[in-house]
Amino acid sequence: MAEKNNGVSSNTTTTQPLWLLAEITYQCPLQCAFCYNPTDFDKHTQNELDTESWIKVLRESRELGAAQLGISGGEPLLRKDIEEIVTEASSLGYYSNLITSGAGMNEKRIDALKDGGLDHIQLSMHDITEEINNFITNTKTFKLKQKIAAMIKDRGYPMVLNVVLHRYNIDHIKEILEMAEGLGADYIELANTQYYGWSLVNRDQLMPKKEQVLHAEKVTNEFRERIGNKMKIFFVVPDYFEDRPKKCMNGWGEVFMIITANGDVLPCHSARVIPNLEFPNVRNTDVKQIWYDSPAFNKFRGTDWMKEPCRSCSEKENDLGGCRCQAMLLAGDAESADPVCSKSPNRHLIDQAIKDTENPGLEAKPIMFRSNKNSKKISEGEEKERLAKFHALP
Amino acid sequence: MTIKLEDIYKIAPHHRFQWEKAQDCYVILFPEGMVKLNGGAGEVLNLVDGNHSVEKITEELVKKFPDANGIDKDIIGMIEMALEKAWIEKTN
Repeated sequence: MAEKNNGVSSNTTTTQPLWLLAEITYQCPLQCAFCYNPTDFDKHTQNELDTESWIKVLRESRELGAAQLGISGGEPLLRKDIEEIVTEASSLGYYSNLITSGAGMNEKRIDALKDGGLDHIQLSMHDITEEINNFITNTKTFKLKQKIAAMIKDRGYPMVLNVVLHRYNIDHIKEILEMAEGLGADYIELANTQYYGWSLVNRDQLMPKKEQVLHAEKVTNEFRERIGNKMKIFFVVPDYFEDRPKKCMNGWGEVFMIITANGDVLPCHSARVIPNLEFPNVRNTDVKQIWYDSPAFNKFRGTDWMKEPCRSCSEKENDLGGCRCQAMLLAGDAESADPVCSKSPNRHLIDQAIKDTENPGLEAKPIMFRSNKNSKKISEGEEKERLAKFHALP
Repeated sequence: MTIKLEDIYKIAPHHRFQWEKAQDCYVILFPEGMVKLNGGAGEVLNLVDGNHSVEKITEELVKKFPDANGIDKDIIGMIEMALEKAWIEKTN
């Protein structure tokens, strides 16, 4: 029943954006060590789009076909106009989702959002223990999250919990699933950390061992079998432990579009790491022109841009060469095969990272939390040594 | 679950069924998902509204598409599928 978009060649597309992610602010009271936001977000925090501009781009994107809307950040609730934006999104016919840490939510706001037509809330949770929750977010937010989860349920929203998995919580997977069941979650997303932004900076500290990942997958499958349809479980595959890359974003410029706090429009969360790509901005270009005509959105559409081994690979349509940002960050070339692929000449980089999980040297290199202060440090080039093995991080 | 002619279904909570102009088709939206429905499936779900029984849905679609042979089986099949995916639920 789900239709596939066929016949896409490079530089032309017949597809429409179906998913719009509005990264409405980069400010966040939490400081999660695995945040995928850019490490230099500090540079992009000025000059946020105002309410009126958001409403305009929501309208333009909806006309183009976008139907699923994620309102994210940073912490979107730090903006005072989320209620107004949600109300407009709902009247335009979006299926809207607030992606939140819970910080900034209260009874009054959750009611106003419901009245405005918000369809669901995705709440991030971190662990069953207060200790790990507070450690990984660098804030005391454990009790807050429990409270907000109950509030979401009480107001009749579908409850989607998102738990990013890393070496500190992955062994608690059974208890995490039981907690979700106990809270009455309708969906739980177990998102193995993907290494971009802050999580790449902290990769040695976050990456679990292979046996931990296999164990988590086994426990998840057993739990899924028991619980059936009552709670849907998404297990986001940890791509480093696979031998074929993920079809990132379901293809560059195929269905997904991100509008960031300052109005830049990106085909994926971390596209800014790719050098020499100028990202269009909604302040001076309309969304339709951005989606169809901008060089940035056309750059990696289809398969014509590929080099070997992707170009002649019989599987190239399956994964479209994997993730362009990962190719850039790890191999230094955005047009190369995703190093996750066992056919990539750079697969040894992934194997080394897996090997390093046996001896990660956690004490020598403390976690760098996602804070304004650390972002400023990175922007100003103070952490060069730590970032040297990755390309394109500032 | 077997579908009976007198059964009445509606779109399940947390799901939204709507016409998408840009896609030129009906879609079903739910947390983290969107499914585009082909013409026939869209026509069926459009009548799954908490008022029409399966029998009534079939009657209306036979009237609307008089040249389509044996669509009653397709309609039941479609409702079964939607039920299995938890897009719809029984009201009576």
